Amino acid sequence: MNAQLTKGNEAIVKAAVLAGARGFYGYPITPASEIAEAAALYFPLAGGVFVQAESEVAAINMLYGGAAAGGRCMTASSGPGISLMQEGFSYLAGAELPCVIADIMRGGPGLGNIAPEQGDYNQIVKGGGHGNYRTLVLAPDSVQEMADLTTLAFDLAERYRNPAVVLADGFIGQMMEPVTFADPRPVAAPPEWAVTGTRESRHNLVSSIYLEPDKLEQHVRKLEAKYQEAERRETRVECWRTDDADVVLVGYGIVGRILKAVVEQARRHGMRVGLLRPITLYPFPVEEVRALSRRARAFAVVEMSTGQLRDDVRLALEGRRPVEFYSRVGGNAPSAEEVLAFVEAKFEALRESEVLVHG
Amino acid sequence: MGSFTLTHERPDCFYDRFERKSELQHQTHYCPGCGHGIVHKLLAEAIDGLGVQDRTILVSPVGCSVFGYYYFDVGNVQAAHGRAPAVATALKRSLPDKIVVAYQGDGDLGAIGTAEIVHAANRGEAITVIFVNNGIYGMTGGQMAPTTPLGKKTATTPFGRDALNEGYPLHICELLASLEAPVFLERVGLGNNKQIMGAAKVLRKAMENQVKGLGFSLVEVLSPCPTIWKMDPVEAQRFVREEMAAVFGIGNYRDRTATATPRPARPAPPKLEELPGILGLGNGDRDRLPCGETSAVDYRIRVAGFGGQGVLMLGEVLAEAGLDAGYHVSWLPSYGPEMRSGTSNCHVRLSSRPIDSPLVSQPNVLLALNEPSLHKFLPGVEPGGIVLYNGDAIPEGCGRGDVRMVALPFTRIADQIGVSKAANIVILGALLEATDLVENEQATAALHKLVKSPKWFDIDVQAMERGREEMRKTTMPVSDDYLWGV
Repeated sequence: MNAQLTKGNEAIVKAAVLAGARGFYGYPITPASEIAEAAALYFPLAGGVFVQAESEVAAINMLYGGAAAGGRCMTASSGPGISLMQEGFSYLAGAELPCVIADIMRGGPGLGNIAPEQGDYNQIVKGGGHGNYRTLVLAPDSVQEMADLTTLAFDLAERYRNPAVVLADGFIGQMMEPVTFADPRPVAAPPEWAVTGTRESRHNLVSSIYLEPDKLEQHVRKLEAKYQEAERRETRVECWRTDDADVVLVGYGIVGRILKAVVEQARRHGMRVGLLRPITLYPFPVEEVRALSRRARAFAVVEMSTGQLRDDVRLALEGRRPVEFYSRVGGNAPSAEEVLAFVEAKFEALRESEVLVHG
Repeated sequence: MGSFTLTHERPDCFYDRFERKSELQHQTHYCPGCGHGIVHKLLAEAIDGLGVQDRTILVSPVGCSVFGYYYFDVGNVQAAHGRAPAVATALKRSLPDKIVVAYQGDGDLGAIGTAEIVHAANRGEAITVIFVNNGIYGMTGGQMAPTTPLGKKTATTPFGRDALNEGYPLHICELLASLEAPVFLERVGLGNNKQIMGAAKVLRKAMENQVKGLGFSLVEVLSPCPTIWKMDPVEAQRFVREEMAAVFGIGNYRDRTATATPRPARPAPPKLEELPGILGLGNGDRDRLPCGETSAVDYRIRVAGFGGQGVLMLGEVLAEAGLDAGYHVSWLPSYGPEMRSGTSNCHVRLSSRPIDSPLVSQPNVLLALNEPSLHKFLPGVEPGGIVLYNGDAIPEGCGRGDVRMVALPFTRIADQIGVSKAANIVILGALLEATDLVENEQATAALHKLVKSPKWFDIDVQAMERGREEMRKTTMPVSDDYLWGV
């Protein structure tokens, strides 16, 4: 298939259908509504189900039902809607149901605005619901990745029997870029654990309740072990011109794209700067960050939130290197020029403090 | 003395042993005299009677009946508090020929899950809902339920339920009967054996409706809770019979089973190889030539104007044509309320190299469809860039010596061909004339792809040509020196 100019939000839906998803349960919210709109068109045409739920609460619980039946299914929302879904995230993880949720982030807190932001990082990456669970989080930086990571999200969700989130910002959701889509995959037979209303599946139970403390502890340890395995196996990252970088910029989603422009411009100005772009936000690329700290003298986190990503970079570095920070919020994106000015100033300060002896 | 048969057998769809507790596995976890045990048995008998044990999925709620799956040997899904109708909706939609039963209590269905039950009923989901109404919160220890009768003392209404403070008992059957979609709504009681026998028939009917493929059925069961009510089982039954039934009238509230038609079956899914076509992928695209290493091009375009001037569409045509020309492209809109009123703008990039940032903060092409856009974006234009402005002349104070600025009344030109809305495409023509951005053929192909109506396509082709003509008339030298690659 040739590359098609495709809107980010539509790419998610098309990739989902091609990946064998046949259930979409959603509630409209800007800037994610095109996902529900495209799903309303394409899921029924593909022989699947689309239901516009009465709320995000209902949507995420429909997802629970659809996933319990063993089919690939998904929903999509943005900040306030994702907040409402958090109880459902917890139940899905507790009942070990694979499914995909797309979060196209907007400005918060509260009603905030509908412009792009990255303020949902904590509620998605840290698990905004109750209990000891995580969601697998993939952060696309292009429309191509909106498609590719949606496919991957379904695969990871199934591999770990856990909800997976495609976490994008309003820019990535709304913009158009050429996309090459994967070949269509057949709808797989329901997994063995699914409740499908057959004699064979009659003894199956989808539940997250373990009344006895020992049983619940056992269950939580089982989940914990899955997350540890995901941490070992599933980390994905893009390192861009980091081999000789003195300063490593860290950013994801649209910020990763802006930082690529910054890296090019900084290098033209004689600064050895590279970019580490986490593609998985959970599991977080801890080892990759640490590996770069062996050469880089400093890190600079740039995000469209007030330090949510920075906290994870700091945790990964455990004090090995200083972590500088630049952010824009409220629906503003940092321009490459302003980030470059910030990087220049930090570079100069590093030179003066002789952190950069070879700069 | 009449002849009758005593039955001590369990329904087949009950498990032989109830593993809810390590001891006393022959009995349920419910309190003596609790209605749940009776309702479970009536439901189990209905499942047996209809022969649907292997097809049935039970959705159990949060509340005393959370452990329904310890008793029913059917497929089991346990749902979050109040959400059983949403969970059941997706189960039924995913597995339309299965029998999906949502079993809920009064807090679950009538308080926290009000939205879910109303909307599942309103969509006419072809499920069966068993609603056990005992007027109190059992599992959490005796707090007020939405169905607690007025005046009753509970843990959270220590002075008795007061309509001024807690409102009135919620009548679910009556509420749902105001909706068009439900097929069957009936309230039954467990106040004595006669009521229980009646309840058995109604439960069976509600299940049978689903087996027949009819729509939404709900049975509300007035049920005793002796422990929390602090009554003995006999007294609790009397309370159901006399006091609960006085508040919640026993009877049928909707029965359209005679006239309801089964939901139509979903059409057969398309073949796998048909999917790309359904998704609008891979049909009619021309092979694109990768652009050569030498043609280092980097157009950073900002298009801006009023909402309704076709700003986003113009940007999309540029991106589509650029893709056809073999460039890497991106198109990023302003979105939301801006699309509906006020200003609108988009960022477009066409580059011979992979695009880093799709945001254009320093454009080398600015297409300003109105004056505010010119004021807003002109300062950011890169020296050597080109600016096309929709007006007779560049407004005072907007001059810049280091960029090429062209003012043309694009809207008036579009008026001359009869469609002022085509001004955006007139600008496109002018831009193509002024630069070697894309070939005419590529722009035309992009328009062909994006403009569905043949009439509008013809107008746009005409508008593009007029734009080229008008641009040729301008006295400014035409040169590509203003644009360069990186």
